[in-house]
Amino acid sequence: MIKARNSLGLVFFPAFDWAISPTHPEREERLLYTKDQLFEEGVEDIEGIQFYNPIIANEKDIQRVHFCVPDVESRLTKSHFISAGGAIRAMEAKMKGEVDKAFAMVRPPGHHAQRVVYGDRGFCVINVEAVMLERIRQEYRDLRVAIIDTDCHHGDGTQDIYWNDKDTLFISFHQDGRTLYPGTGFLDEFGGPAAYGYNINIPLPAGTSDEGFLYLLDHVVLPILEEYKPDIIINSAGQDNHYTDPLTNMNFSAQGYAQLNSKLDPDIAILEGGYSIEGALPYVNLGIVLAMAGLDYSHVREPDYNEEGLKQDKRTSEYIKELSRHVYKRWENREELWAKNIKGRENVILKRQVYYDTDGILETQRQNFIVCNKCSGLNTIDSQSDSGYHIYAITIPRDGCPNCLDQGYRIYKNASPGAYTDVYLQDRINDHYCAK
Amino acid sequence: MIVGLDMGGTHIDGVIVSEGSIIDTIKTPRYADDLFESIWMTLEKLLMGHDISKIKRINLSTTVSTNAIVEGKTSPVGMIIQSGPGMPHDFLACGCENSFISGYIDHRGKVVEDLKLEEIEDVKIKFKEKNIKSCAIVTKFSTRNFDHELRIKDLLEDGFSHITMGHTLSGRLNFPRRVFTSYLNAATYHTFRDFSTSIQNAMEQKGADIPLFILKADGGTTSLQEAGKKPVETILSGPAASFMGLNALLNTQKDALLLDIGGTTTDIFFLADGVPLFEPIGIEIHGYKTLIRAIYSFSIGLGGDSSIDIVNHELKIGPKRHGPPYALGGPKPTPSDAMIALGLMEAGHRQMAIDAIKGLGKSLNLSVEDTANKILDTMSNMIKAKVDELLVSINSKPVYTVRELLHGKKIEPQLINIIGGPANCLAAILEKKFNLPCYCPRHYGVANAIGAAMAKITQDITLLGDTSRGILSSAEFGFQERISKDFTLEDMRSRALELLKRKAMELGAKEDEIEAEIVEESSFNMVDGFFTKGKNMRVEAQIRPGLAGDLLVANPQEHKYSIKDDKYDQSKK
Ligand SMILES: [Zn+2]
Ligand SMILES: [Zn+2]
Repeated sequence: MIKARNSLGLVFFPAFDWAISPTHPEREERLLYTKDQLFEEGVEDIEGIQFYNPIIANEKDIQRVHFCVPDVESRLTKSHFISAGGAIRAMEAKMKGEVDKAFAMVRPPGHHAQRVVYGDRGFCVINVEAVMLERIRQEYRDLRVAIIDTDCHHGDGTQDIYWNDKDTLFISFHQDGRTLYPGTGFLDEFGGPAAYGYNINIPLPAGTSDEGFLYLLDHVVLPILEEYKPDIIINSAGQDNHYTDPLTNMNFSAQGYAQLNSKLDPDIAILEGGYSIEGALPYVNLGIVLAMAGLDYSHVREPDYNEEGLKQDKRTSEYIKELSRHVYKRWENREELWAKNIKGRENVILKRQVYYDTDGILETQRQNFIVCNKCSGLNTIDSQSDSGYHIYAITIPRDGCPNCLDQGYRIYKNASPGAYTDVYLQDRINDHYCAK
Repeated sequence: MIVGLDMGGTHIDGVIVSEGSIIDTIKTPRYADDLFESIWMTLEKLLMGHDISKIKRINLSTTVSTNAIVEGKTSPVGMIIQSGPGMPHDFLACGCENSFISGYIDHRGKVVEDLKLEEIEDVKIKFKEKNIKSCAIVTKFSTRNFDHELRIKDLLEDGFSHITMGHTLSGRLNFPRRVFTSYLNAATYHTFRDFSTSIQNAMEQKGADIPLFILKADGGTTSLQEAGKKPVETILSGPAASFMGLNALLNTQKDALLLDIGGTTTDIFFLADGVPLFEPIGIEIHGYKTLIRAIYSFSIGLGGDSSIDIVNHELKIGPKRHGPPYALGGPKPTPSDAMIALGLMEAGHRQMAIDAIKGLGKSLNLSVEDTANKILDTMSNMIKAKVDELLVSINSKPVYTVRELLHGKKIEPQLINIIGGPANCLAAILEKKFNLPCYCPRHYGVANAIGAAMAKITQDITLLGDTSRGILSSAEFGFQERISKDFTLEDMRSRALELLKRKAMELGAKEDEIEAEIVEESSFNMVDGFFTKGKNMRVEAQIRPGLAGDLLVANPQEHKYSIKDDKYDQSKK
């Protein structure tokens, strides 16, 4: 039998009895053909590949990352706890040294879930990766982590969660927000005052193929990672850049995905989107598994793969080249850009509207990042939804200084209950969460 | 009357069971190398004085296929493998000739690329030049569409004396295992056929018209004729026989741990609500992982004759056996010596056993008695540790639904049933270690033969229904028919049970004995855009595995280890 070069933990949990609705893309059947393909290929017999069942995440794991409104229990189904638990089990296997790498093929996905959660947006309720990572940081240590979001949609949820966290570099490449949901993910979304430059977006033109993705990997992502030197690399592994995906307009192939993972060499991969369940997922997932295990993936190919037909045009190649140069330059100049845009400010206000497409809810929020020269600083969110809530939420960051800790609790105490339906406090220093 | 025969490594055991009672037993050493001769002589001796016309069937557990594989006495096989895109495939080359051919079928069973007929012609010529008589054809996803395998077989038919097609051996997905299983089947085909012909001829000469059944690794039987087509199913029936024997002697409906503690090894089995636990995919033999359904068993190198050493001031028992116990003239102290020294067991020279244990005690600074007790204690700890580890892994087997993850069955043994030489002596200790009641049956000497006798026909089926393509199929049954758009899961269930019953009767089962059940089922809506275009349904059904009836001795109370545990307790005082 075949022996993996890297031992690989697989959490494969297709949740065959859960769907958003019977004909929704996020339905029971989604990983059925992936299971067939992986099983027929004999992946479970590869020496060095180990299957794990998910554990079940708990309420605190969710509160560490999200302000669920009104509370965790009313926003989540069992499947969400299991999906996050699957990711946690995967990373735990890595941290315990049971395996070199781990891949959680779990559903539902999570990268559109932001800190405030009124409902489901982009098929996501909680951010599976963030829930995983924060639990692991709590149980093990403060890791320096890079999350590379390879889903075709902008990982706006992950961006929101790690916006002001310098220890979590977030890079998302995706189909340009001007042509695809959620409509964000532009270059100037560059991070909060304490992490300016550590949120990197690379919006790509429709029709980008293997060549384009691998080009920006070589010319932007890998050089940045080289400098950032993370302890852990996480691939937020959406598969909807595939040329057969019904919701997007890209030309990425299973070969491309496998090569990307081979080059990126992530420690952890978590399945995100990807809804070409018959024509893409079985092959892309197989490609990722083989690439992560360090095995030969050169024979992985879709039935209708046509290399010539998928080539990107010259203009796209030129555009991506220019874009890559620009993004990398911004990364190199992040300190100057910080001096120009942030330096000297006492706080940074972020106002925006968030639409929950799956549940049809509109949220209006105002975030305040209070600059502190001793820590990342406090952050508050004042948010209203057209589903009838008006909440106030305070976050004391993991690296919070004693002053910010005190001030955080003071703000929480003083927040007038009359003015809000709910008030929340996230004390990441003491891993303590409360609401009133 | 039913006859059970089991070929062990050194002995052949036989029993005659009539209406739940064991009416005769035999244990003979294996003569020479001729398996058939050995079996036939044992059978003749066993049947002496019995009315042959009353024998309903003979169930035989044989090592013919196993030995051929392990000893490398198989026929050369020409492998035709269609691996398509996906995993690398070089490692699948297991035949003496291997042809990787073009064409491929996808996970839905759609032909993506057709066969190239001229390639098959070339293969035929190449195999013939090498004088190959046995072939196996395996295509990826042939359980979803076996058209390519059938067509290749048609093209080769006239040239070879045997051809195995992958899809006939199992309905389960796992291409590498399908390749290896098919290889082993083709490789043992002629050896098994010779054996089967000898038996049939001998029976005919004797004028005995008794149906003959062969024990499979899943603890069930199949007809001699069917075993002739799928000899690979008869591999490793020994542990299955021992499991079935243990189960027959001490029947239970609970979760249970079953231990067979022999001279060299301890075999570990489990029952879930009284039903045998199976290997998750299939059994492994001689480095080949297969799709052969088999009773779950785990063997550790620890038995009555395991040699004992002192390593770093600690007792080290096994995993090697260097001969019989010291008390019986062996070279090393063994757990049996500890039992003999304590007076728990009567064999050989007790003084020699005491001397051997004393030698170990010196290095440990312990008396003979304490040393001997420590040995039995250590042995029990080793068994307990392994059982706990196995249970963790069994109970964490992958599941795929929220329901199973939250409420799935976990095996938690409520009792322990033990057979083997040291069983009685260890029962009291194991009972304390596990905090579970232990039972030891009396007739364990021929347990394997009893297991064979009490086995019944087993068969399983995987039925796939795809209403968007309008196809209902079962690969291992070679079955395919058209279905309409409104074919339901309920229709699937009844078709599966019906096909299964028909097959069981073909194999020789009586209609009223057949207990068919659905073991797994699923139904998925297939959606195109936002419209449902059909259902993808999967049903697995089986003849409920287990015993053909109750053995009258199978009353647990009768078998409480009490016979000897008094002595054990005294020795501790
Ligand atoms: Zn997406
Ligand atoms: Zn501070």
